[in-house]
Amino acid sequence: MNQAIQVEGLHKRFGSLEVLRGLDLSVDDHEVICMIGASGSGKSTLLRCLNLVEPIDSGSIVIHGREITAPGVEVNAIRRQIGIVFQSFNLFPHMTVRRNITLAPTRVLKTTRGQADEEARQLLDRFGLLDKADEYPDRLSGGQQQRVAIMRALAMQPDIMLLDEVTSALDPELVAEVLDVIRELATGGMTMLIATHEMGFARDIASRVCFLDQGVILEQGPPEQIFTDPKEERTKQFLQRIIAAGRM
Amino acid sequence: MVGGGGGPGLADFQPGDPRLGRGDRSSKILGPLRAEGGRGVLVATASTFIVIGLIVFAVLHSAHWLEFKQAFFNAKVLGDSFPDILRAFRRNIVYFLIAEPVILVLALLLAVMRSLPGPVFFPLRVIATIYVDMFRGIPTILVIYLLGFGVPALQIPGLPTSAIPWALLGLVLSYSAYVAEVYRAGIESVHPSQAAAARSLGLGRWQTLRFVIVPQAVRRVVPPLLNDFIALQKDTALIAVVSGVAPEAFLESQIYQAATFNFTPVLGAAICFLVITLPLTRFTDWLVGRQRKKRQSGAAL
Repeated sequence: MNQAIQVEGLHKRFGSLEVLRGLDLSVDDHEVICMIGASGSGKSTLLRCLNLVEPIDSGSIVIHGREITAPGVEVNAIRRQIGIVFQSFNLFPHMTVRRNITLAPTRVLKTTRGQADEEARQLLDRFGLLDKADEYPDRLSGGQQQRVAIMRALAMQPDIMLLDEVTSALDPELVAEVLDVIRELATGGMTMLIATHEMGFARDIASRVCFLDQGVILEQGPPEQIFTDPKEERTKQFLQRIIAAGRM
Repeated sequence: MVGGGGGPGLADFQPGDPRLGRGDRSSKILGPLRAEGGRGVLVATASTFIVIGLIVFAVLHSAHWLEFKQAFFNAKVLGDSFPDILRAFRRNIVYFLIAEPVILVLALLLAVMRSLPGPVFFPLRVIATIYVDMFRGIPTILVIYLLGFGVPALQIPGLPTSAIPWALLGLVLSYSAYVAEVYRAGIESVHPSQAAAARSLGLGRWQTLRFVIVPQAVRRVVPPLLNDFIALQKDTALIAVVSGVAPEAFLESQIYQAATFNFTPVLGAAICFLVITLPLTRFTDWLVGRQRKKRQSGAAL
């Protein structure tokens, strides 16, 4: 199996706050990694670094054999291969759903408008939002907006998808429709890194679960092992708090 | 408004600023009335009549009312001078129509220059910042005077020797600085997550500005831009200081005033401006109110 992502000794600090402290991670093609851990443990920061939204302080990130943290790398080319979806959707409010999806393909990949529209139509059809193509984002529910945000990332035909707590801003009844989309992507073999608080979902979908603590991956393994038989004391504490909060 | 004092500063137009809500003035006035029903309307009407009646009575019975009326509200002088003033006012409109589009484009350029990220664009940011600081700091009338009298006096071949184009340029330079700040407030009001989303899709800095940030920014600043339209329409009168042989409305009224020793013609010029600016003001307020309602309903979604 080919290696999709190789992270070594990743450090990232914001001012005096060191968020990532020498994090190592290796992901194979078609793996679905769920990252769990308390707020501030570095999940989001890791995803943002992988997409080069945040510059890193030290360490290296290699994507498909290419070191993207080396100097002089064409950042936009990297970002094309890696889709990222944010907690807060961040759809472009002045564009229709269709245009949200086709903007990057037409402007970055130079796809013709007609072909981009057709690809958008297929995506919308596949995820059941074809009737919303000409609506503006503010007319959509949170769940629908997040599904559009996922399609917008998919329209760039990325090899890797990074999902940053994509259901955290949603009303509980809207979570399932978004998780269904992610499930479909996993079935299709998409390599994914998912930061999530949905433990049931992580258990269900992950090929591997990583527990992040204080800027490193403290423990990782298959979901059954992490959720039923964690080795590290801090992992146990975290999962107990989650259970106590009724989230699992 | 001498010196472009009506030009708004950055602080004036942060979207969401409660002052932008001024636009809803009419409904703010009438709103409580509607709530109180017929009796409220009756009381309001009666008290309005009483207050205005008292003011009119006080004015008409003041010691110098007749002299005052003679000097400012002289129907005969107005009748004699108004056709020429109105004709001259056409120049104000032309100045406005020429200056406004140039200002809109130049100001957007300046605002984008100031918003370009990264060290490469440092010189552009500095140039734009200096420009804006300079022209916001100099009274518009001074810029118009300097350019309108100063440059034609140099008699440089190939450049216009008439004062008017230079005065117009002065107006454009000065207003562009103000309008650039309005645009910039709009650009900065677009949440950074929008840029992050665009960049994460592989769009470059410039593409992000052009397709994602600026379109949202411009939509948000339409009401303050309209306010600047109104100020600009008024400030075309500043060109009076250099307009000489081609008088605009204010200068034309001064010519009549000097000839008749009566200020009524200046009032005539004021009427010309009001006819244009009043509807624009109402429209701007209406637009602000509509935008606010939209924002509120958007937040409720």
